[in-house]
Amino acid sequence: MKLKQLEGLLGDLEQFSNPKVELEQYPTGPHIASRMLFTAENSYGDITDKVVADFGCGCGTLSAAAALLDAACVIGYDIDTESLETATLNAEELEVEIDFVQCDITKLQLKGKIVDTVVMNPPFGTRKKGADMEFLSAAMKVASQAVYSLHKTSTREHIKRAALRDFNAKSAEVLCELRYDVPKLYKFHKRKEVDIAVDLWRFVPKQN
Amino acid sequence: MRLITHNMLSCNIKGVTNGFPLKIESVTVVEKEVDFNPDFLRHMFAKIEWKALVEGARSMGYEELPEDSPDASELESDDETFLRKLHHALLELHLEEGALVCPETGRKFPVNKGIPNMLLHEDEV
Repeated sequence: MKLKQLEGLLGDLEQFSNPKVELEQYPTGPHIASRMLFTAENSYGDITDKVVADFGCGCGTLSAAAALLDAACVIGYDIDTESLETATLNAEELEVEIDFVQCDITKLQLKGKIVDTVVMNPPFGTRKKGADMEFLSAAMKVASQAVYSLHKTSTREHIKRAALRDFNAKSAEVLCELRYDVPKLYKFHKRKEVDIAVDLWRFVPKQN
Repeated sequence: MRLITHNMLSCNIKGVTNGFPLKIESVTVVEKEVDFNPDFLRHMFAKIEWKALVEGARSMGYEELPEDSPDASELESDDETFLRKLHHALLELHLEEGALVCPETGRKFPVNKGIPNMLLHEDEV
């Protein structure tokens, strides 16, 4: 599948109808989502025929992208009932198979090494401090091959240090810097739309 | 929820030490055909918990998997009978309605519209 085609399909997905600020629910736009998964597959072969988990999947944009790139199995995990309902409809609409599990990522302990790759757009930790790091920590325990994640560029040094020192990463690399448009979703947003700089990371866990 | 997903889930209630595998109570099971990928299945076979898969499949009405985990020769054989069964159990059976039950505490995690709800109550974390 071509990048433009993937981006086009993701652009038709339903997003949060009633976003919850405490969960930092921001849609992963089709531009970012398509580039993230396309890079993971075309540069590293981490998606096609792999088991891919999407942590904090929300409406399932990254999960859908993984499924469209022929992951062997995609599993989306999220805490929020409404988001998972939308994610299920999105998967049906695209005619892809995705399993969804309702859970708190920070409490989740998955057994074994079945998951090859974790993809995620975690909360950035602006509402609940440290939420981004809890997601990263959880993802690094589950992935046997790689973790792809988005984090604010302003936290780059901190993320790198924590990944290598605390989360068992063999490598932590910023693949590119992207502009994440944050639409005016919540009352506390003063401006109509803002762009924030985010890094697309690839982390490789040490083999245990 | 498919059995590949079930194969990693355990009960995370505080203090529970034997929360795996979760027992399956099935009310509705649906089957959806997906592409057969023998290389993927061989790779997965080395990673899954066999007993959890066999029990899970049985509780969803699929009895074709052998009790004991087959050895490597069966996986490499030209006869793909076993791999087809593994494929069906892991990737084509969906638990739509039912529950997952913690083997230690009996706590039930409901499964509705295919989604298991693993959220814990306040007194369980």
